[in-house]
Amino acid sequence: MSFPLLTATAVLPAVGAIVTAAVPAARRTAAKWLALVFSLATLVLAALVVVRFEPGGDRYQLTESHAWIPDFGVRYELGVDGIGVALLALTALLIPFVILAGWHDADPLEEVNPNRRWRPTQGFFALILMVEAMVILSFEATDVFLFYILFEAMLIPMYFLIGGFGDRAAPAQFAATAAGGGDEAAATQRSYAAVKFLLYNLVGGLIMLAAVIGLYVVAGSFSLSEIAAARANGSLSIATDTERWLFLGFFFAFAVKAPLWPLHTWLPNAMGEATAPVAVLITAVVDKVGTFAMLRFCLQLFPEASKWATPVILVLALISIVYGALLAVGQRDMKRLIAYASISHFGFIIMGIFAMTSQGQSGATLYMVNHGISTAALMLVAGFLITRRGSRLIADYGGVQKVAPVLAGTFLIGGLATLSLPGLSPFVSEFLVLVGTFSRYPVIGIIATIGIVLAALYVLVLYQRTMTGPVKAEVRTMPDLRVRELVVVTPLIALLLFLGVYPKPLTEIVNPAVEHTLSDVQQTDPKPEVEAAP
Amino acid sequence: MENLIALLIAAPLLGAAVLLCGGRRLDRVGHWLGTLLAAASFVIGVVLFGDMLGKSGEGRSLHQHLFSWIPVEGFQADVAFQLDQLSMTFVLLITGVGTLIHIYSIGYMEHDERRRRFFGYLNLFLAAMLLLVLADNYLLLYMGWEGVGLASYLLIGFWQHKPSAATAAKKAFLVNRVGDMGLSIAIMLMFTTFGTFAFGPVLSSTGDATEGKLTAIGLMLLLAACGKSAQVPLQSWLGDAMEGPTPVSALIHAATMVTAGVYLITRSGAIFNAAPDAQLVVVVVGAVTLLFGAIVGCAKDDIKKALAGSTMSQIGYMILAAGLGPIGYVFAIMHLVTHGFFKAGLFLGAGSVMHGMNDEVDMRKYGGLRKYMPVTFVTFGLGYLAIIGFPGLSGFFSKDKIIEAAFAKGGTEGWILGAVTLLGAAITAFYMTRVMLLTFFGEKRWQPDDNGHEPHPHESPKSMTIPMVILAFGSVFAGGFFSIGDRFLHWLEPVTGHSHGNPPVSATTVTTATVVVLVIGVAIAWFMYGRKPVPVAAPRGSLLTRAARRDLLQDDFNHVVLVRGGEHLTRSLVYVDHTLVDGVVNGTAASFGGLSGRLRKLQNGYARTYAVSMFGGTAVLIAATLLMRAV
Repeated sequence: MSFPLLTATAVLPAVGAIVTAAVPAARRTAAKWLALVFSLATLVLAALVVVRFEPGGDRYQLTESHAWIPDFGVRYELGVDGIGVALLALTALLIPFVILAGWHDADPLEEVNPNRRWRPTQGFFALILMVEAMVILSFEATDVFLFYILFEAMLIPMYFLIGGFGDRAAPAQFAATAAGGGDEAAATQRSYAAVKFLLYNLVGGLIMLAAVIGLYVVAGSFSLSEIAAARANGSLSIATDTERWLFLGFFFAFAVKAPLWPLHTWLPNAMGEATAPVAVLITAVVDKVGTFAMLRFCLQLFPEASKWATPVILVLALISIVYGALLAVGQRDMKRLIAYASISHFGFIIMGIFAMTSQGQSGATLYMVNHGISTAALMLVAGFLITRRGSRLIADYGGVQKVAPVLAGTFLIGGLATLSLPGLSPFVSEFLVLVGTFSRYPVIGIIATIGIVLAALYVLVLYQRTMTGPVKAEVRTMPDLRVRELVVVTPLIALLLFLGVYPKPLTEIVNPAVEHTLSDVQQTDPKPEVEAAP
Repeated sequence: MENLIALLIAAPLLGAAVLLCGGRRLDRVGHWLGTLLAAASFVIGVVLFGDMLGKSGEGRSLHQHLFSWIPVEGFQADVAFQLDQLSMTFVLLITGVGTLIHIYSIGYMEHDERRRRFFGYLNLFLAAMLLLVLADNYLLLYMGWEGVGLASYLLIGFWQHKPSAATAAKKAFLVNRVGDMGLSIAIMLMFTTFGTFAFGPVLSSTGDATEGKLTAIGLMLLLAACGKSAQVPLQSWLGDAMEGPTPVSALIHAATMVTAGVYLITRSGAIFNAAPDAQLVVVVVGAVTLLFGAIVGCAKDDIKKALAGSTMSQIGYMILAAGLGPIGYVFAIMHLVTHGFFKAGLFLGAGSVMHGMNDEVDMRKYGGLRKYMPVTFVTFGLGYLAIIGFPGLSGFFSKDKIIEAAFAKGGTEGWILGAVTLLGAAITAFYMTRVMLLTFFGEKRWQPDDNGHEPHPHESPKSMTIPMVILAFGSVFAGGFFSIGDRFLHWLEPVTGHSHGNPPVSATTVTTATVVVLVIGVAIAWFMYGRKPVPVAAPRGSLLTRAARRDLLQDDFNHVVLVRGGEHLTRSLVYVDHTLVDGVVNGTAASFGGLSGRLRKLQNGYARTYAVSMFGGTAVLIAATLLMRAV
């Protein structure tokens, strides 16, 4: 038996989480370094997966299969296609930056008693690694039940990350902002956000559970490949109504997680209250499981129902795009602004998936990766800014570019990536999604381009209000980016530039997988009207 | 040879990267490095030009394929360049005038502590503009197109600490994004119609597509052109863009940015030729903008804003000419090149005046400056004579050709267009004479400023005057040089094609009429501003004057409809999201399982129990399934 590489990519961070959590209270820094080392080792394994994966090969590769709960036919089945590889790589790549960016986010406020059992720092980093392990495994699971377990289980560490850790001000500003009442109010807000996150996703998850069980009743198996094969050779036929109900059950859960309008309202709360690195974890990593699962499970298991639901889903996605962008324009809190921008972007991703063209779906997959990187860049720099001033309100800033030009510059680049400037990677995916949608649904494609203008509006207004104009007294002494912060931001920006100019390594991996998905739903790209001369 | 094409872009791009990432170490040499790399690009351009001249007219086009950019099934975008006579013309203009503006900026920005960054942005601007004119497909052109938008955003807002500059930069980017929307829809339409968006296949297959599709593509391309080239209705950013340092205005108005729309339409000539309806709209937009800009230019007392109005108007001429089809393409580009010389010269001259006048921009506080700034006076004066179309100077040849072409359109349309271009020429003569008289003639009108400092007008340093002299040289001779033996026509014809149309009147008649309206325009201006002293405070003026001072109320319209309306929309949406959407979803959830009540409870600290209960629920459901299987 060959080395179970996929299992290893998930086990390693899980082990890291346990080890990190076990570090004694007094050795906080050691715990941080341990977490970082484990996340980097996971990145190495993920790189190995990318290298070992053959784009032109089988649909699912590096597969593993073991009996797990034989009574149910539940198996521990793993395998990755190009879409899974891309998202696995994204997750493994982002976690070290999340850890590094959150380096001081969970430092205890005052020196704690070394004998106390509660170790927030250790817990913070252990939870992040735990989320990583579950997300990675969910990208690899080809057994529906296994996927479901992970889909739900990752809510628990996320819940504690959102509810347990809030924004910190840099020590210099502490005296000003740490007024007792404010802290308590913040804690209430935070726990509200965490509970809302949990409830929304739990409801989605429970509905999905019903559908998962229903699927088992109908198909007698949880294995994606078995069900797909049985459907293909005709040995399994699902009644139209049943298929539609099952599809809706799955889709609802994924639409909550993605999140799709009107199920989105938990996201701004969660991203606003969580620390910036956790917000990145939510939107750039965990939410991607939702859109990923639409591609892998909805389209593959229920092709007919997917096509049936397409018009409604496209309209909801379109609403998300425009509505999210308009709401972003109206925000006063910069983290909530980025959250609404993400809702708009998730609209693009879902639109690309359900346009059911190769450009749309390749674009959507690329969009998941690029949105992860660009949001990480923007959100983490916003986090650095918030830590310096101790406020999330846009109006509390002004003229930062004068005192911290590097911070302002990186913030601008993150913003430009968010508005999909050509030359940066999000442009590639956004244009592919637009063109892929337009070629089948021209009107929807055209309306979606309004998102291009609105994105410019909310990004540039944010930049103008925080970074330009006269220097506000409160930001006058603000230090520029530190070395640790530069180490976080620079590689992300380099990646945005590289994938913007040369996305081919990514498209080569993703394209074949998209072809498989398209053949699942039996769709081909619309042909051009005119055969152009070569 | 074709391998040099990428170097044209790479040189300024390298400059931008080094200068923007290099840090303070480069502060002392940054401006030299930036200028050197711009000049290097110009030299490469000249080498390629020499090579091109050695070949026959049809075989001059060069291609360079670098790599496949976005390959997804039928959608194939490449990073590949095409250098033909049209691109070559732009390359020489962009790098040539661009380099002069770099040299000028060394002196102009001498006292700015962020001069290194300024040169980084200038280099970025050149690189983006070169990418725009060298791309061999529309998507790569789009990358240059938005790159220009970014560079202009950075440069217009260069003095970001001024709220007005930051606002102007944002406005320029946003208005341009509306245009970009047009460009992306055009590319999507091309993809669904032709299955590609590379110049070669698209432009050679227009015969097979329906006219409706081509008209739609044409109109979307026009929308894009309106954004970049500041044509009505997307012209409102141009005046505000004067917030940037003056060399930026020269760069945006003469060599780059606003010329991009003219390039796009000329490059897409095959599409427009097959879509007469789209062409008609192009012509109308050009004609309206031509008059709009001219009227605005008459009313402004700010020297840069008066020149901005003039740019809008002159680009209107070019768009109009491009909309005429093969009758006008060549002359649109020819006017673009001569305009590049004299408008750059005029802006640099205006910058020189401001440099000597403590950055005062109000022409009513100038007067009699010819005595203090002789070089600026002479070079600006030559630029002035060129733009009004004084016989023998550059603008005369190129503008006269456009007026001829407008008449040659034929029919009632031709008469209307011809009349509009003539009227525009008269107004141009009027407002430019006004600028000239207010600035350089009459009595001195400047006064000590609030701090008691009286300006001491003085000539600018050599690094600033030398570029002005070179540009003045071009303003005088370029038009004549191009026109002798129809040189420019023969140069560009293989790319754009050319036809003479059906001129209803002879060329001599048109030329005579042009000179007559020119004299009328100058005479009126002299009568109003030259004959008697000019008041320092602006008179109230007629209704039209007051409207023109406010850019013909376009900004007021935008403010009320778009800004206010948008604010109300987003504010009410925020409210709706918070109460309605959130409430309905929570409420629905509540009706299913009393979740809302639980939510309240959980907030009080019972949350963790819920996480556990979830697993409980899962377990129960699994058990239920087991049972079902057993049964």
